[in-house]
Parts: sequence; C-alpha cells; structure tokens
Amino acid sequence: MEYEIVIGMEIHVELGTKTKIFCSCPTEFGQDENTHTCPVCLGMPGVLPVLNEKVVEYATRAGLALNCEIAHFSKMDRKNYFYPDLPKAYQTSQFDLPICTGGAVGIEVDGVKKDIGITRIHIEEDAGKLLHESADGTLLDVNRCGVPLIEIVTEPDLRSAEEARAFAEKVRNILEYTGVSDCKMEQGSMRFDVNLSIREKGTEVLGTRTEMKNLNSFRALIRAVQYESKRQIIELKKGREIIQETRKWDDTKGVSSSLRSKEEAHDYRYFPEPDLVPIVLEPSYIERIKSKLPELPEAKKKRYVEEYKLPEYDAGVLTTTGVTARFFEEAVALYNEPKQISNWMMVEIPPLLKENEQSMETITITPALLVELLKLVRDKVISGTSGKEVLKEMFVSGKNAGDIVKEQGLAQMSDTGELEAIIEKIVADNPKSVEDIGAGNEKAYGFLTGQVMKATKGKANAQVANEIIRAVVARHLA
Amino acid sequence: MSLTREDVTYVANLARLEFSEDEVTALADQLGAVLDYAETLSGLDTSHIKATEHVLAVQNVFREDEIKSCLTNEEALANAPESEAGCFKVPRVME
Amino acid sequence: MELYQKTIHEINDLLDKKEVTVTEVTQAVVNRINAVEKNTDAYLSLQTEEALEAAQGLDTELSGRTQRTPLEGIPYGLKDNMCTRGILTTCASKMLYNFNPPYNAEVYDRLSEAGGILLGKTNMDEFAMGSSTENSAYKKTRNPWDLNKVPGGSSGGSAVAVAADTAFYTLGSDTGGSIRQPASFCGVVGMKPTYGLVSRYGLVAFASSLDQIGPFTKDVEDCALVLNAIVGHDAKDSTSLNLEKIDYTNNLKQGVKGLKIGVAKEFFGEGLQPEVRKSLEEAIAIYKTLGAEIVDVSFQHLDYALSAYYMISSAEASSNLARYDGIRYGFRAEEYSDLVDLYKKTRSQGFGDEVKRRIMLGTYALSSGYYDAYYKKAMQVRTIIKADFDQVFGGCDVLLTPTAPTTAFGIGEKTSNPLEMYLTDIYTVPVNIAGIPGISIPCGLDNSGMPIGMQLLGPILSEETLLKAAWAFEQESGLTNLKASLGTEV
Ligand SMILES: [Zn+2]
Repeated sequence: MEYEIVIGMEIHVELGTKTKIFCSCPTEFGQDENTHTCPVCLGMPGVLPVLNEKVVEYATRAGLALNCEIAHFSKMDRKNYFYPDLPKAYQTSQFDLPICTGGAVGIEVDGVKKDIGITRIHIEEDAGKLLHESADGTLLDVNRCGVPLIEIVTEPDLRSAEEARAFAEKVRNILEYTGVSDCKMEQGSMRFDVNLSIREKGTEVLGTRTEMKNLNSFRALIRAVQYESKRQIIELKKGREIIQETRKWDDTKGVSSSLRSKEEAHDYRYFPEPDLVPIVLEPSYIERIKSKLPELPEAKKKRYVEEYKLPEYDAGVLTTTGVTARFFEEAVALYNEPKQISNWMMVEIPPLLKENEQSMETITITPALLVELLKLVRDKVISGTSGKEVLKEMFVSGKNAGDIVKEQGLAQMSDTGELEAIIEKIVADNPKSVEDIGAGNEKAYGFLTGQVMKATKGKANAQVANEIIRAVVARHLA
Repeated sequence: MSLTREDVTYVANLARLEFSEDEVTALADQLGAVLDYAETLSGLDTSHIKATEHVLAVQNVFREDEIKSCLTNEEALANAPESEAGCFKVPRVME
Repeated sequence: MELYQKTIHEINDLLDKKEVTVTEVTQAVVNRINAVEKNTDAYLSLQTEEALEAAQGLDTELSGRTQRTPLEGIPYGLKDNMCTRGILTTCASKMLYNFNPPYNAEVYDRLSEAGGILLGKTNMDEFAMGSSTENSAYKKTRNPWDLNKVPGGSSGGSAVAVAADTAFYTLGSDTGGSIRQPASFCGVVGMKPTYGLVSRYGLVAFASSLDQIGPFTKDVEDCALVLNAIVGHDAKDSTSLNLEKIDYTNNLKQGVKGLKIGVAKEFFGEGLQPEVRKSLEEAIAIYKTLGAEIVDVSFQHLDYALSAYYMISSAEASSNLARYDGIRYGFRAEEYSDLVDLYKKTRSQGFGDEVKRRIMLGTYALSSGYYDAYYKKAMQVRTIIKADFDQVFGGCDVLLTPTAPTTAFGIGEKTSNPLEMYLTDIYTVPVNIAGIPGISIPCGLDNSGMPIGMQLLGPILSEETLLKAAWAFEQESGLTNLKASLGTEV
C-alpha cells in the first residue's frame, strides 16, 4: 500500500513592533528578566489592554503579502487556560473572526510548483518564558508576555518534509521582506507547529493527526516531519491506530514522544474580549497598506534577471532575504556592475561573514565600502587576488579599501620603466629559461613571471609584466 | 435541568478550584437552582438575534506604537509570594 | 448642623467664603469617623493621618489664591476595588489581603488632581459579588438606619460612609445595581453612569462589559459635582467614550415641566413591598404637580434580564478572576504538592463561597457544549433587552421604577439562599445589560423607618436629564441629605 503524508502548519511569528500588543513596554529581546513589564502585561488587577495600531497594520500587511482577504470586521477573544507563563490565565487572541482569511503561497520543490492554502491569520499575544534554572522550582520571566504575534494557519496541503520546509522558508522570506518581522528563529521570532497524518494514497479522508509544537528551526521542522511520518507509517503497517495527541519533538535526540498529560481535553472557553472593541478596516485603509507593500521576492527575482541581466541562479540567491537584496540594490545604485557585485556578494562575502560571526543583518561592510573596493579592482589598481585580501582586512579592521591598499602597499606596479628594469635583470639572471623558450618550451614563461611576482611582492600588473617579459626574451633570443 | 456532581467536579477542575464532598453536593443544588431559573431563557427564540458583545458601537480604538516607562524588576516582583534571581517562582513544571 | 453633616456644595460655600478651612472640614469628618465607624464598619482601611496632612498642605496653598475648584479639599472614600498606589487594595478578599498596587485607578488620579482628600477604602462584597456586603472577607458593614440590617451591596461601605457622614462622598462600582441598591437601602443618592463614561482603568474587574464606576452623595447637586470630576475619556480604557466634556450642574435646576416620565407595570410586579409601591405612587404624584407628563410604557422581555445578567456577569468574572493564581501577587496557599495543587489550594482558600459560586457558574456557562445555551443566549437576550429599552424610551424621556423590591433586609437573612439574594437585583440589572444610566434617590421611609429608593433611568448619555428630574423631586419632596439615627449609641 502506498501512503501519503498530509501536513498542515501553524506558524507563529513575532511582529517587529517597538512595543507590546496591549501595553507600552518594549519588545526588545535578550534583556534582564522582568525588566520589560508593567501592570498590564503582568496581568495585575484592574488593568486594561489597548491594541497597538502597528499590530493591526503589520497583520494586514502580512495578510496582503500572503494573498489573504482582509476582514472588514474582526474582533479579539479570550482563550482561557491556566499556565504560569500566562499572567491573566487567558490569552487574548482571535477565535471566529480573524483579521485575515483565505490566502495562498506558491512553492517549488524539485521543479514542481504548487500552491499552499492559508486558512487564516490571526493576531494574538505571546506568553512569558519559563526558565528551568532553579534548584527547586521553575522561574518565570514576563518580558515576552504580550509581544505581538500573528499565527498563520495553513490548509492540510503539504505532502512532504521538503514541501514543509519550502513553504516555511517562503513565508519567512515574504514576511521578512514586508518588514513585519525579523523572523529570527534563534530568538524564537518564528516557530512552527506541525499537524501530521497519514492516509492511503488516493483516498480523500484524513487520517488521525498528531501535533508537534514549537519547532524553532528549519532543520528541526524537516527532521520532525520525517521522523513523525515514518513513525505513523510503521504504526499503521503494524495495524495500530494513531492516537490524536500532542507530541514533543526532541531535536537533540531526534525523536518525538507523546506529551500525554493527566489533563483532559482542553476546554478553552473562548468568548469575545469585553475589554477590546472590534477592528473595522475600510477598503481605503487596506488599499493604503497594499500600495505601501514592498516588491516581494518573486517579483524582485524576475526584475534582477530582466533589468540587471543576472543569471536566474544569482537573482534567486540575492533575493533570498530582504537585507541581501537591499544591499545589492544599494551597491548597484552606486556602481552599475551588477554581475561583478553579484559575484563578490555570492562568493567572497559569505565565508567572511561566517569567519567574523556576522550576518547580512549585522554586516559591518556597507554597500559603498564594497563598491570602493570593486572599483579599485576594475581600474587594476589592485589585482583580484589582492582585492580578496583587502576585503578580509576590511572585515577585521573596519578600514576602507583605499587606506588598506596604501598601508600595505598593495597597489599594482604598472609603471613599465620600473618593471622593465626588474625584468631585464631577471631575464639576464636566467639564461636557461631563455634557452628553453627558444627551444619551444612555453612553460618557461611561467617561471619568469613567478620570479617577477616574487621580486615585486605580487604588485606587478600581471598583464603588463607578461608583455614586457615576452619583449625582453625576444630581444635576448634575437 | 439540574447539575450532576460530575459536572461540578469537571467545572471545578477547569476553574482550578477544589471542593469537599459536601461542598460539591451543595454547589450542585445551588448552581442547579440558578440554571433552572435561567431555563426561562430557552423559551425565547433568539435564532435570528445578533449577540450584543458591546453595548456601545465603539470600534477601532488603538494605541500608538510608542515605548513608555516600565516597572523596575523590584517593583514588578514586589507583590510576589515567592521570587528568585529576579523572577517569579513556581513549583517545578515540566518543559 | 455639624460641619460633617453638610453636603459638598454647602462646604464649598463655606470654603469659598473662607469661613472654614480644609483642615477644619477634614478634622470634623475624621472626628465623626472616630465616633461612629466602630458602629458602621464602612471602611476597610483608613488614611486619616495622611488626609489631615494633605488638608493642611492644601490650606497653605489655598491661602495664596482666590479660586478653588468644587472638590478641592473635600474628603471622600473609595470602594476597595479601585487601585491606589501605596495603599492596600483588597477587594474585600483574602486573595488580595496584601496587594499593594504599583498604579492608580484613573478615577483616583482624577480625584487627586481635583484636590480630593482620600479618607480610606470602603468595605464591599468580595470582588463586588453580592447585594448585602456580607460577602466581605473582613467585616460586616451595618446600615446606619438600623445596625441589624444590611447596607445593601456590593458597594455597601461606600453607601454607609455617606449615610453616616463619615465621608462627604464616595465612589462605588455598579455591575448589576451595586451602587443604586445600597444607595436605596441607606437613603443616599447613587448613580451608575452610561457604560464607558467613567474610565474603568484600575477598577478591579468583576464583569468587564457591565462594570461602571459612579458616585454616592448626600444630594443630587453633589452627584453632579462628583460626576464632573470623574467623567471623561481615558486612553487607557478602550471602552471609554471620547466625548466633549459637559458640566452636569448646568441644567440641573431647570425643572421637569413637560418631561415625559414613563412608568412600566413590569417594575411593579409580585414581591414588591407595599410601602415601596406606595412611596413610588406618591413620587409619581409629586412629578405630576411639578408639570411632568406621566406615561404608561411596557416591556416585553424584562423577565429574561436577571438570568441573562447572571450568565454574562459570571462568565466574564470566571475569566477576570482567573489571574488570581498565587504567582505574581496576593495570597498563596501555604502547602501544595505541585503547580496544579498550588492553583487549586490558593484559589479555594483565597476566594470566599459566593465568588467561587460565580466562577463555577461562569465557567460552566462558557464550557464546551453549554456556550450556546447559556453565554451566547444571554448575549442575544442582551440585544432584546436593549431593544426593549429603545422602544420604551421612544415613548418617554425618563423611566421611574423602584430601585429594589424591598427596603434593607436583616443581616444573615438571605445568605443561605443565593438565588433569593440574586432576586434583590431584579430592578437594577436590566440597566447594566443595556449600558444605560440610572440614579437612585431617596423617596420615603417604610413603616420601620428604613429608606426607600426610587430609580430614574434614561437612554444612553441622558445623565443631565436624570439629574434634572432627580433634583426637581428632591427639592419638592424635601427628601435630601437624610440623617440616619445610627441606632441608639449616637
Ligand atoms: Zn507591559
């Protein structure tokens, strides 16, 4: 029997607003515990929430970028449950009337294109962090409580770990582009929940599904899906039933395990949030957000191929993230050599980022600094090889290319008079090589060129040097 | 309709409350009486009636995305029954 | 008349003419507290030292200027469910026995801004759930008209402080009658403004869609003065109305000539104490002599209001009170085995019986399988009740009803039967369901000398009309600034 994996995803994304969803505390990550709190996000008695306007704007923007309908009327609801990371003992979220519905995102896996349906996107608040550092208890940090989230819920349209990954990457890419989130997975800004079931290929009915929550890397997503689908297929082959449950993915061990708690099924007692009023968005508001949407990756890639005549591959790599694309476009604006810029950005910069523990988000080299370097190479002031060395030094010292070239004396020697004198001496000192050349051994030129480079510490312009060598050797042979 | 002891126990757990056997019996009676009284509602046909969540038609009340001052760590924890290392402390919970 | 017995506007005259100082006024009411608080137990905590200090400071300041604002230097009390920074805010619950809020309720900030002098925090039913103030975890407040009777509730302490002259005015909160019913039981003026008119920020929530803060005063003019200070938009409360500010004293004394006053038989049904009925009939007669037009109106669905009220208020309460979990503030049980046990022990020991009952009722009404039958149904009934009021106010400007079916009952009389206690709110809850304003003013005494209250209701934002109608009656009947005997001792 052939099995089919059916996957639906829920993606939680922290929005990049300055303040929390219902209070004016900053959302900044990585601060000391419980220093970004106020009576509202601490859930103290008598406090009231007021919705951050940017949350509505960002959710709308995300919805439009993911091809959703934006609801004219939506409202907030309370989802009630007790947990220490939830100060009010209810999460303010959206239940039956979310802000966005019915979107789709195109993905491509192994050359096959397909659309993944988005059921809905809703606004909600993040919970706090539980720290397991105390010897005899658990500690609660409220800083993250109330950081705004959107939850993107897909249709069960995904069929493999690769599709799940492609979809997740595409969503991340789009959201990062629209500027609604930094999507930093290592900081938990983007987390995946996976609902997975198995059915006989060709059937329509969905199998019993399990849920895995809070997968926080693409690697974890892929491995969890692979493991869980294999596990379910084995269970089915053994004639066992799949139990509907939440399972925990252990990324270190690479296994999922049942999270069967003593608790009975959840009864969240959703009801409309009386402390918040409805969100009513007029077509004019939605139009305004739409008109301000940045160019999305797909369109950008196409434009790079057409406008900059870049190969499809280059255009794809440069548009992977918004910051990379912005860097490229700034550089091209200063210096109209798209292919040269692309080569350096794709080949030379990535290893240096890694070496210096930087990323395109934190890179210390500006597009202008890179352009200055590339112009020195183009004008043959330095060789390509020296250029790579200069770039390395730029990362380390933060100095600009011109200064580094001057300090290290890397400028190429193109002065023919000076070079001629050096070459005359080398040719005179190596009669054997001249003889070999006379006997038809072209390789001997290489030896002479090497000697010149050695004598000039690599500063000789290779092309100029070769011309002179040939002329001098010819004179000697004559 | 009246409330069973099982109903009371189920709801108590949802609400994180616990009751003695006698209290469960008393609650089943008292809440049952209130629910019986509320049965009058079922006589009213509301199938075409919209629910009123807010009595006034206020909508789109938003805040500007501007940072205001927070409580200090000491202020945040001042009322806490138990704290440690700048955090609220609870009995160990599984990850 | 003693200084402490006077109304705010009478004190204002004396202060403006500099015939008395704020310190003298404050000292007078502090002396009064020292004399009678042991009989009435209206307050949960007192700030009399701080009040006298503030009074002296204000006197120094006032000596340097000619103008003062209407509540400047007037001592008052706050129901203990309004947050006060640095002053315990307990909601009369063991759950918040030590809670010291790091923020103020918006109304407290406004009254401080207006120069008010806080005397203390008043007793109430725990988390405002109750109709007799007997559900306080700390003390029983007594009705100054008969110390063996309840003051009503849930804002019993606030009503008693005004009735016993231990505050010139107080604030209470009204979710289903918690201002109007105790005002009626204690013979004072109490008003629940339109939902959204007064900020709820810092008012410890009972039922968010019904709660509203309002004043207790000795007469109607004082009510208008206090309203002036507390009404107004607050950006911290999303349900706060953003309207132009009005002065509620402006049209107060214009009379009721031509005003259409509605009377609905549904408010005069079974269970209404005969003296209350008689007193209301006399009130109607007075309005006629004042030139008002009395019209018969009727409701179709009033019978459903009480059930809908208990479903909505309990459902919201079950969620609002979930935050009391013993983790960030307040009471935590001493012994527990794990997290779930910590929750259960803390909540079971920290809440009183009535609060637990409402949480249970509300949790049930929202739980899977019952939501549609109870909570959603109640929200639909709310639509119908609102429509009923709209239709009634199509035919009249003001509706005149009893505030409560009876006068104050005995302490302990109704504590064993929750449903019977709930029925005492039958005339007040429809008002909160519809979000409209209502005022209760004294309209007579029953055969045993207990005050009777009359309720005037109007459409959304009709406070000015209600105050005008109430003032006209008060002037004509002479039932103003009534003085209770406070039993035999005083
Ligand atoms: Zn906050």
